Amino acid sequence: MSDQTLKRVDLIFGEYSNEKYKVLATTLARTNEDILKDILESGLRGRGGAGFPTAMKWKFTAEAPGDEKYVVCNADEGEPGTFKDREILLRVPRKVFSGMAICGRVIGATKGLMYLRGEYKFMVPELEKELDIYHEHMKELGLNFQIEIRMGSGAYICGEESALFESMEGGRGEPRNKPPYPTTSGFMKKPTVINNVETFVNVLMIMRLGPDQYKKLGTTDSRGSKVFSVSGDTPIPGIYELELGMPLDRFVEEFGDGDTKAVQVGGASGFCVPRKKFKDTVIGFEGVPTGGSMMIFNSSRSMYNVLHNYLEFFEEESCGQCTPCRVGCQQLLKGIVAVKKGEKKAAYLDQLMKLSESMKITAKCGLGQSVANSFSSIVNNFKEEMIY
Amino acid sequence: MAKKINLTIDTIKVTVDEGTTILEAARSLNIHIPTLCYHEDLCVAGNCRVCVVEQEKVKNLPASCATPAAEGMVIHTNSMKVRMARKHIVELLLSEHNADCTKCYKNGNCELQGLASQMLTGDHLFLDLVPDKKYTIDMFNTAIIKDDSRCIRCQRCVRTCEELQSVSALGVAYKGNKMKISTFFEHSLFEVVCTNCGQCVNRCPTGALIERNYIDQVWDAIYDESKHVVVQTAPAVRVALGEALGMATGKIVTGKMVSALRRLGFNSVLDTDFTADLTIIEEGHELLTRLKRALVDKDPTVALPMATSCSPGWIKFIEHTFPEYLPNLSTCKSPQQMFGALAKTYYAQKRKLNPKDIVSVSIMPCTAKKFEANRPEMRSSGYKDVDFVLTTRELGIMIKQAGLDFEALPEEKFDSFMGSSSGAAVIFGSTGGVMEAALRTAYEIVTGREVPFDGLNIVPVRGTEGEVREASIKIDKVKPEWSFLEGVELKCAVANGLAHAKSLMQNVRDGNATYHFIEVMACPGGCLGGGGQPIPTNKEIRTKRKMAIYEEDMGMPIRKSHENPEIAEIYKEFLEKPLGHKSHELLHTHYTPRKRY
Repeated sequence: MSDQTLKRVDLIFGEYSNEKYKVLATTLARTNEDILKDILESGLRGRGGAGFPTAMKWKFTAEAPGDEKYVVCNADEGEPGTFKDREILLRVPRKVFSGMAICGRVIGATKGLMYLRGEYKFMVPELEKELDIYHEHMKELGLNFQIEIRMGSGAYICGEESALFESMEGGRGEPRNKPPYPTTSGFMKKPTVINNVETFVNVLMIMRLGPDQYKKLGTTDSRGSKVFSVSGDTPIPGIYELELGMPLDRFVEEFGDGDTKAVQVGGASGFCVPRKKFKDTVIGFEGVPTGGSMMIFNSSRSMYNVLHNYLEFFEEESCGQCTPCRVGCQQLLKGIVAVKKGEKKAAYLDQLMKLSESMKITAKCGLGQSVANSFSSIVNNFKEEMIY
Repeated sequence: MAKKINLTIDTIKVTVDEGTTILEAARSLNIHIPTLCYHEDLCVAGNCRVCVVEQEKVKNLPASCATPAAEGMVIHTNSMKVRMARKHIVELLLSEHNADCTKCYKNGNCELQGLASQMLTGDHLFLDLVPDKKYTIDMFNTAIIKDDSRCIRCQRCVRTCEELQSVSALGVAYKGNKMKISTFFEHSLFEVVCTNCGQCVNRCPTGALIERNYIDQVWDAIYDESKHVVVQTAPAVRVALGEALGMATGKIVTGKMVSALRRLGFNSVLDTDFTADLTIIEEGHELLTRLKRALVDKDPTVALPMATSCSPGWIKFIEHTFPEYLPNLSTCKSPQQMFGALAKTYYAQKRKLNPKDIVSVSIMPCTAKKFEANRPEMRSSGYKDVDFVLTTRELGIMIKQAGLDFEALPEEKFDSFMGSSSGAAVIFGSTGGVMEAALRTAYEIVTGREVPFDGLNIVPVRGTEGEVREASIKIDKVKPEWSFLEGVELKCAVANGLAHAKSLMQNVRDGNATYHFIEVMACPGGCLGGGGQPIPTNKEIRTKRKMAIYEEDMGMPIRKSHENPEIAEIYKEFLEKPLGHKSHELLHTHYTPRKRY
């Protein structure tokens, strides 16, 4: 596996086409079936982290009964260590809107909404300017698909799709029970496609390149490229577009500072990979998936502090409605502190591991379910740091 | 016909209608899955996660209350994974919960305690989080106490307040470890739109929402030799008290309740039903007077429809939500407050007692009555008209405290006077009851004939849960003095549960419906489903109580308020005439507009 090299790509941030909304115009000339076929062919999976096949999501929504449907762009980028959507929206918003418009046509929606992270409010004037251009062109193209920006208010949980709908509907940002899924009951309980910012851009890229060209990037399970947010102990932090399916050791070679001890892949809700596993870890859906966050830690970092920081984050950012997440996060945090202080025996960590396992299978939404990812990967790999 | 779904639960194959949840399917097989946030009266929340089950070929454990059965599902309700997860969840809830059960009012009737005793084996897996928390207890309200340290955040109260009552006094505030159930800007319940209806208290699984109890104060009064303690009992108490004392649901325990109250040491055991009959006379005349002013005098200021004023939850609701309709409320006090005012005037005179030595206690199915008794306008006797209000539950506790074997008690009768009543008064306890009682009397006053319904049972106005009931009665062949009502079709509406009251009032406000008379009870099913009634509550329980109430009515020798001999007596000896000077002084009141949050 590690014979594969790290390949930088310039797709997402590539230059706009000469004519405004040209790719969108040519795409709209094609049939919905044709478009869906290309996306299916490309193997595109959602770029928010969970990796649900995009074509399936669109197909289910297109087939769901109901005249009123919505396209929602999840721009509530809140995962610690992720800042790639910010860059995409700053540099290539046109591609995002184009992707949304294609989705709108395919599923039969006339309304698109972008749920923008509260902290990204500064972008709104620029985005609105681009939206004006977009709407003008849509008039010319004869596509009835209006896009509107809705602001989040800074809650991490509102990036969870059903909590995001609640928030947009004016309610408290609390995840809903699933099923029903957004494809049949999303925003305003209507069939909705909700995709990450980057996913929409990828759709446009597939339309521009064609699936065959697009498929050349990545692996069987992880097609295409991905924008990574690289941070932590690296001399070159920033945004990088890389081919999916790369081995982690190559990534560390490129971005690490020579003393890398661990990489947290996928943010606080992702997995911590220790040095000894770099070689065998593939970044992609067949290995460790990520929504883009790559946090690099060198040997001067205490993994106890890292975990403590994540748990503090989760304890505060849980919506608080379901028991495993609300109380579980508090217990994990208080538990590791007690072990560190010697108030609890080291064996208490095993108890906490079991608890995190229960949280993973019983929490209502992805937040509570994924706390166990970082918890178990850090505790398992750096147990001595938790105790001494 | 609904589509059928086949699934397997704990190796048993079962076929259910599409849309049935796993929990419901399991219950149909008598497989018990524990629940906590789930409540039959409310929408599904799926937030406690106690009811998780294992589904084959699925990684996570779905919450059975929130997951619809699907074709071919194979479910295990008691696998190792499920047991471990459930145990963890109950332990987690306990770690956040002030679990000094012996000091808790709900000790012995707490669902969390029940789950813990069912599932745990005395070990404490996790750390105690309570010392880290800054829990508050809202003890400022006269009716309901909210103790956050006992809250498990199941949001049953929030759903109750919003869905059943459309009051939304309670909501969720903050997130994560600070998430709590709170009110508008965390004000005390007495400062917000809370109507004190107590429906949240009825559904709270723990001791987080309880009534403010006055048990010790009442015992003190009973033991005080210098005090004469009178007690009145509301109609809905007698069909539910048995439940609090281990008897079957829907048993009429009027006689046992009377003898229990005597044994507890009350000096006089009287009946709110007496003033319920009195309410009918006063309110019936008020309605007829309003109709006369509207139809004969063409007075544009007369407020119609006239609305009943017996339910203090409804009164506070309309004061907050529809203050412009306060003139439509009957000025009659509720039976409890009429009784209180008379206890310290008429009763005191007749029994030659100094009213300052009388302690007036009422037993109510209601928490809002506690607030009502403390209203400043409820002192027309010169004293606090009703000193202490106890709920059905509190009376149950007193009976247990006194060590009485309730079921074995003899059946006794209320003391006289202010103890006799009619079947019309008994049905005050059910939705539609006041309407029916009023019609039985008003129709007869106007026409000289009984209402034209078989056995006096005006079934069309008997309210049903979950809807606004409308009915109309044609008045004809009237007595000469009521000639203006000849041929009038009296239009009535009945609503129970404040959500339905709200839609009724919106219809009235928007001009979509015109009525002469509306009856509103704040609680689902009327007083029999009141916030002070024994816990648990659900539709089945309330239906049984309702059947008992109408059974009690049928068994009464007198079925019409105006035929109650003590009513005739009180007008002759004391009040002189309906809506007379004394009535206005003692039996009528006014209302206050309140803020909308």
